[in-house]
Amino acid sequence: MTVQITSPKFKKNARAALKDAQLQRALGKVEAGFIGKRRAVASRLPEFEVLRDLARDIKDHTLAHLDLYLEAYERRVTEEGGTVHWAATAEDARRIILDICKRREAKTVTKGKSMIAEEIGLNDHLVEHGIAPVETDLGEYIIQLRNEAPSHIIAPAIHLNRDQIEADFRRSHADLPAERNLDEPASLMAEARAVLRAKFLAADVGITGANFLIAETGTSVIVTNEGNGDLTQILPKTHIVLASIEKLVPTLEDVTTILRVLARSATGQEMSVYTTFSTGPRRAGDPDGPEEYHVVILDNGRSSMIGGQFREMLRCIRCGACMNHCPVYGAVGGHAYGWVYPGPMGAVLTPSLIGIDKAGHLPNASTFCGRCEEVCPVRIPLPKLMRYWRDREFERHLSPATVRWGLGLWALFARRPWLYRPATRLAMKTLALFGGRRGRMHWLPLAGGWTRHRDFPVPERDTFQAQWKKHRAEEARKKAQAEAEAVEAGKAGEKAT
Amino acid sequence: MAEVTGPRPRVGLFVTCLVDLIRPKIGFAAAKLLEDAGCTVEVPSQSCCGQPAYNSGDRATTRQMAERVIATFESYDYVVAPSGSCAGMIKLHYPELFAGDAGWQRRADALGARTFELVSFLVDVMKVERVNVIYEGTVTYHDSCSGLRELGIREQPRKLLGSVAGLTVAEMKDADVCCGFGGTFCVKYPEISNAIVEKKAENIVATGAPMLLAGDLGCLMNMAGKLQRMRKAVAVRHVAEMLAGMAREPAIGEPPKTGGA
Repeated sequence: MTVQITSPKFKKNARAALKDAQLQRALGKVEAGFIGKRRAVASRLPEFEVLRDLARDIKDHTLAHLDLYLEAYERRVTEEGGTVHWAATAEDARRIILDICKRREAKTVTKGKSMIAEEIGLNDHLVEHGIAPVETDLGEYIIQLRNEAPSHIIAPAIHLNRDQIEADFRRSHADLPAERNLDEPASLMAEARAVLRAKFLAADVGITGANFLIAETGTSVIVTNEGNGDLTQILPKTHIVLASIEKLVPTLEDVTTILRVLARSATGQEMSVYTTFSTGPRRAGDPDGPEEYHVVILDNGRSSMIGGQFREMLRCIRCGACMNHCPVYGAVGGHAYGWVYPGPMGAVLTPSLIGIDKAGHLPNASTFCGRCEEVCPVRIPLPKLMRYWRDREFERHLSPATVRWGLGLWALFARRPWLYRPATRLAMKTLALFGGRRGRMHWLPLAGGWTRHRDFPVPERDTFQAQWKKHRAEEARKKAQAEAEAVEAGKAGEKAT
Repeated sequence: MAEVTGPRPRVGLFVTCLVDLIRPKIGFAAAKLLEDAGCTVEVPSQSCCGQPAYNSGDRATTRQMAERVIATFESYDYVVAPSGSCAGMIKLHYPELFAGDAGWQRRADALGARTFELVSFLVDVMKVERVNVIYEGTVTYHDSCSGLRELGIREQPRKLLGSVAGLTVAEMKDADVCCGFGGTFCVKYPEISNAIVEKKAENIVATGAPMLLAGDLGCLMNMAGKLQRMRKAVAVRHVAEMLAGMAREPAIGEPPKTGGA
């Protein structure tokens, strides 16, 4: 489906998500399914941290020479008999794909999992033009039945539980016997597989994304766990690869390096079950493969990131580790972010793609705990990049007035210690008086966001700086007194002798 | 690393706004620990490191505050803060803030190199091996994010807590996961912050420890406030209070002792 942008309503979305008991249960799976597995698999690989450095360096190098690698890639694809199409915008990409589908008289299109397809709203576009897209990744298939957007970039249906999926299958597969047993995840999987098998065979065009495009060989690479990607790209007569410009890497060897951190960071697997390399259409003598091989390379605003502050974001290999480890994502899930890319990577990327005026909440909805950066396989400094967005919002006066006024007032005092010290002393004494002797307050004026959920401690009766001054003065007085007494004692001693 | 002038390094205590305003005890605990470790402690007139402005995108205000902090503290051998978050701001983010302004950047770099969070300063710089404190009981320890991930503070507090006679540290699940405070985050997104601190509070309570310690007052106030609202009997204190032998004083949010000062 075309993802409607609801990022401006992030707060409202988040509030609804926090109240959604089913969603909250489902979010528990993120922690159980990803975090421990990643930690275990990373700790088993002594060179994991070095591989992260290498992966970062490969991506940095590629971005520094992206024009050359894109041209080299196009040349190689062409030599292998494929066609590269350049799409500057989402609209361009939709048009190019639709044109290919129309020319091939496609009625059914199978799709491997592709976040770029979500980004450009491909499915709706195809449906509008009488072509039926069928998602073949199990998670994507489920959310397509529900007409929902993915809530996670590698586990699109993670927000759902088994009961919901069973209900969706019973509703959508009405031709199957009503009394069939769908109690086990395996039976759901078997049913999806049987339904999809027919679609694979009927498809006229197969569309996949790409985890990598290799300049050296003109190859596109997908990593999957279900094998659906292979059936999507081998069985139909036409294979369209849809990928964004930053998927380029120079060589096969570079891909093998990055693959070693990708699955480990994503699912905690050493390797994904399938890693599929596709180069051009079927050659004479090949047992299978498409007649036509197209690659649609999307820019959609990315090239403008290359020369700017957000360039490092283009290193992203879409593993999802940042969202798996994000406390905010863990609390509200992916849909709250209101567009295609959730979590910390979305908080940086989304404003670049749809504008900070629409996505303003996203880089702010972070505690800056730094766990995303800690686990990112290509070491993207996500908190720093989110802060850059906050800078821009502040410069453009997009940050909320309350924040600006609050900060301004605080700065007014904090910049002037001669004013700050007496003012804060007075404020804390007042607060202490207001708080009385209970030790804490259940309600505090202007701090409803805090006291709605937590108590606030009553401050000690004076500031540290004031107490310290007194303490030091008292120490000095005692010292002087002791010295005076010693002198007196000495004099008395002299007299006595 | 700074040259230490004379046998007793002069430490400028950057007490942090929250400690200054809400819980001065922590400042006294920090001063005691520093003096016990052989430092001369001074508290120059100060306010905020500028982090709230920095994280809200207001670089101009941040710079003004940072310049004041640098000018105030650069004459000391070390700057020490009882907070990983504020120490991290001075140590790591000031140099970033002044990038491209050679004069200020040099001063920011120089100050950053001499700025430390309290407990890591005691262990890593002053080579403190143990504290002379007796406390019979069990505590659990929360790793505040900035200290943990920006400054690598993990073993230092555990090491010193391990030297408190009679004290057991019961590790909680996900001690290294954010408590949901996040500075201005907790007031900008109160419901999300609450959901995160609820999980944290459950992990704290599950240890059975009657006391929670951590190294940042913001996180401590957040967790204490939540535990109290949940009516859980967990006393919450800054780790410096325990290490300075002040853990019998009223905990965060507890009423002052009657009759006492």
